[in-house]
Amino acid sequence: MIKNTAKKLYLSLILIFLYAPILVLILYSFNASRTRAKWGGFTFKWYGKLFKNQEILGALFNTLFIALVSSVTAAVIGTIACIAIMNLKKRPRAVILGITNIPMLNADIVTGISLMLLFISMGIKFGLGTILLSHITFCIPYVILSVMPRMKQLNPHIYEAALDLGAGPVYGFFKVVFPEIFPGVLSGFLMAFTMSLDDFIITHFTKGAGIDTLSTKIYTEVKKGIKPEMYALSTLIFLTVLILLLLVNQQPGGNKSPSGKNISEKGV
Amino acid sequence: MNRKKLLGTPYYIWSAMFIIIPLCMVFYYGLTDKNGAFTLENITAMALAEHAKALWLALGLSLISTLICLLLAYPLALILTGLKVNQHSFIVLIFILPMWMNFLLRTLAWQTILEKTGVLNSLLSFLHLPALNIINTPYAIIVGMVYNFLPFMVLPIYNSLAKIDQNLVHAARDLGADGMQVFLKITLPLTLPGIISGITMVFIPALTTFVISKLLGGSKVLLIGNVVEEEFTQAGNWHLGSGLSIVLMLFIIVNMVVSTIFDKDGEGSVL
Amino acid sequence: MKRNKTKSMIPSILFMLCVVFSLGLTGCGSSSGDEKWEVVVYNWGEYLDPDTLDLFEEETGIHVIYDEFDTNEAMFPKVEAGAASYDVICPSDYMIQKMIDHDLLAEIDFENIPNIKNIGQQYLEQSREFDPENKYSVPYCFGTVGILYNKSMVEGPVDSWSILWDETYADNILMQDSVRDAFMTALKLNGCSMNTLDEGELEAAKNSLIDQKPLVQAYVIDQVRDKMIGGEAAIGVIYSGEAIYTQRENPDLEYVIPKEGTNVWIDSWVIPKNAPNKENAEAFINFMCREDIALKNFEYITYSTPNIAAQELIEDEEIKNSDIAFPDLTQYDNLETFHYLGAEGDELYNNLWKEVKSQ
Repeated sequence: MIKNTAKKLYLSLILIFLYAPILVLILYSFNASRTRAKWGGFTFKWYGKLFKNQEILGALFNTLFIALVSSVTAAVIGTIACIAIMNLKKRPRAVILGITNIPMLNADIVTGISLMLLFISMGIKFGLGTILLSHITFCIPYVILSVMPRMKQLNPHIYEAALDLGAGPVYGFFKVVFPEIFPGVLSGFLMAFTMSLDDFIITHFTKGAGIDTLSTKIYTEVKKGIKPEMYALSTLIFLTVLILLLLVNQQPGGNKSPSGKNISEKGV
Repeated sequence: MNRKKLLGTPYYIWSAMFIIIPLCMVFYYGLTDKNGAFTLENITAMALAEHAKALWLALGLSLISTLICLLLAYPLALILTGLKVNQHSFIVLIFILPMWMNFLLRTLAWQTILEKTGVLNSLLSFLHLPALNIINTPYAIIVGMVYNFLPFMVLPIYNSLAKIDQNLVHAARDLGADGMQVFLKITLPLTLPGIISGITMVFIPALTTFVISKLLGGSKVLLIGNVVEEEFTQAGNWHLGSGLSIVLMLFIIVNMVVSTIFDKDGEGSVL
Repeated sequence: MKRNKTKSMIPSILFMLCVVFSLGLTGCGSSSGDEKWEVVVYNWGEYLDPDTLDLFEEETGIHVIYDEFDTNEAMFPKVEAGAASYDVICPSDYMIQKMIDHDLLAEIDFENIPNIKNIGQQYLEQSREFDPENKYSVPYCFGTVGILYNKSMVEGPVDSWSILWDETYADNILMQDSVRDAFMTALKLNGCSMNTLDEGELEAAKNSLIDQKPLVQAYVIDQVRDKMIGGEAAIGVIYSGEAIYTQRENPDLEYVIPKEGTNVWIDSWVIPKNAPNKENAEAFINFMCREDIALKNFEYITYSTPNIAAQELIEDEEIKNSDIAFPDLTQYDNLETFHYLGAEGDELYNNLWKEVKSQ
C-alpha cells in the first residue's frame, strides 16, 4: 500500500516537473499585459490577434511545411535505403549504419555548422531549400533506425514466395513487405516529424533571409520579449495534439497498425 | 539481389553530400588558418584557459545532468512498466508530448519559473519559505538540461524494460532469488543497452548546448557550446569554431564507440 | 527479362527524383534573388513599425522580404559570406566603418533619396566619423547608452558608471552582452577612450569587468527591457531608445547618462555591394526618410529619430522635449562614437571578452 502511494507520488512529481513549464506558457497566453513580467488580468484577446498576425501564421506554415516535406521525404528515402542496407554484407552494412548514426549522435551545433559551411562553399542561397535539405538529412536516420528492426524480423521467404507466385517486385513489396514494416515507417516518420518541428539549432545555422520557422521566430523574440500571440499559438498546438492523442487512445484498436501489431511494440 | 543494393543509391549519395562532405568541410576549416595554410592552432586552442574552462564546465554540468536523468528515469521506467496500461504508446506519448511545445519556449518558461520574482519564488514566499535564487547559476542550467533531455533517458530504458521476458523473472523467483537479486542479476543487465543509449542521448546534447546556458545561465556561465556558437555567429572566426568543433567530435566518437560496444544490436534505441 | 528492366529502372528513377527534388529546392531558395520587384531588408529586431512595410508595399508595389539580427557582430559574417544577399541593412556606426573598410558597401545614389532633406545636418555631420563623405549611409536612429535604474530599489540619484560596481546591488545588475558595449562601460569608468587599443588600458578594463562579474545578475541584450519592467533587477545598461518604452510600462524606472561620458551611436541604412535590387533599396530608404513614416516608426520603437521633420510632428509635448529622446548632447563631456578598430583590434577585444565570460 505504502509502496503504491510512493510510486504514485513519484510519478506525479515527475509529471509536475514535465508539465509545469507548459502550464506556465498556457497561463501566459491569457495574460492581458504585453510583457512577460506583469500579470495584467485574464483575456482571450491574443487568440483573436493570433489569427491576424501574418508573421506568426507564416512561421507556423513554414514549420509545418518543412516538417511534413522533410519527414515524408526522409520516410521514402530511408525505407528504400533500408531494403538495400539489409542486402549488404556485414562490413559495408556496419559502415553505412555508422554513417547513419552520425546526424543523430553528433551535436546539433556541429551538424548545423557543417551544413552551413557546405552551402556557403557551394554557393547555394540560404532559404527554404537549405532548411529542407538539412532537415531531411537529420530526419532520415530516425526512419532507418526504426524501420531496420522491422526489416530484420521479416521473413524473406514470404517475399520470395510472392515473387514465385508471379508478383512483380514492386507489387510484391507493397503487398507483402510494406504492411509488415509499416509500423516502423510510421513511427520513424512521426519521430522525424516531431524532431523537425522542434529543431532550432540546425535551422538557426541554415536559414536565409525572410524565412522563419516558429523556433527561429521565437529565438529572435526571446530577446525583445515574446509576443503573447506566440503563447496562444503554442497553447493551441499543444491542445490539438493532446486531444488527438486522447481520441486515438480512446478508440479501441485505434492504435493498431494494419498488420494488427501495436505500433509501440518497438516504442515510438 | 544486386539490383536491390542499387536501391540504396539515393541514400548513399544523400549521406555523402550532406553528412560526409559537410564534416570534411569542418575538418578543412578546423585545420587551416585564415590564409588557407595548414595549422593545428585551432585544435590546440582548446587548451587555452578560457576554452578549457568552458569545456570543463560543460563536461561537469552535462555529466551531473546525465546522472540525475538516469537516477530519475530508472525508477520512473520501472513504475511505468508496472502500470497496467495496455497501451504502451500512451505512456511514451506522455513524454513526447511536451516536445510539441517549442523547445525555446519550454526553456524560457523555466526562466519565468526560476526568476527572482518568478513563479517558484512567489509560491515559496506565499508559503513563508525562503526564496530560492538559482536563476543565472549553473544549477538553473542543470534544471534546464534535465528537463529537456529526461525523455531521451526514460524512453530507451522503458523500452528495454518492457522487452524483458517476465518468465525470466518468475524463474529467478522460483529458484529463490529475492527482489534485490532479481534486479541486480536480471533486470539491470538486461536494461544496460537502454541505459547506455539513454546516456548517449542525454550527454551529447547537454555537452554541446548553447541555448540552455544562454537562457537560464544569463550568459554568465560560458559553456563550450556557447564558445563555438559565438565564434561562428559573433566573432566570425570560423576556423577557430571548426577547430573547437573537431575537439567536441572526439567526445562524440568516444561516446559512439562505447555505445556500440554495449549495444550491438541497437536494442536500446529510443526508437 | 521485362522484370529485370523495371528493377534496374527503379533506382535510377529514384536517383533522378532525388536530384530533381534537391535542385528544385535550392531553386526556390535562389530564385527569390532574381525577382525584380522586391527588396530584402536586414534590420535590428523590432526596429520598425510593421505597418510601414505594408504601406511601402502598397505604394510602390515592391515586395519586402524582412529579416532581423540582434548584434552588429552577428550581422557582419552573414553579409560578408554573401550567402544571403540583402538590399538594405541597418548597422551601427563602427560596423558601417568596418563594412566600408571591407569594401562591402555600395555608394548610395542620393538623387533617388530626396527625403534626405528631412535628416538633421548635425546627424549627417556626426556620420562623417565613420562615413567621411556621407556616401554610404543614411541615418535612421540615434541615441546614447546609459543606466536605467529602478527608483524603488536604488538609493539617491545615479550619475556614474561606478554604480555598476557597487556591491549593495549585487545580483541586481544587468550588463550588455556585447563586446564593445560591455568594454565601453569599464573603459569609461577608468577614464579611458572607448576606442582604445592600448593593451594596458584594455587589460585594466578586462580586470574591472572580471571584478564586476560576481555582482552581475545576467548578461543580456534586449532582454534588459523585460527584466527591468518586471523588477527582476535594479540597474541595467540600456540604449536610450528602450528607456522611453520601459518608462511607459513601469514609471519607477529612470534613465541617466553617466558623467564619465558614454557612447553616442547612430544606426544608418546602407546598401551592400552585392545587393540585387539597389534601386528598390534606395526607394525603401527614401520611404523610411519620409516624415510621416519616420514618425510612425519613432512612435512604435521609441528610438530617437534624426528626422527633423518628423521630430516637428510629434504631438506629445513631453516626448518632444524629452531629454532621453532628444538630449542636448553639448552638456555632456567625453561623448564618443565607436570606431572600427581593425581585424586585430576586433580579435583583441573578442579574446579579452571571452576571458571575462569564462571566469
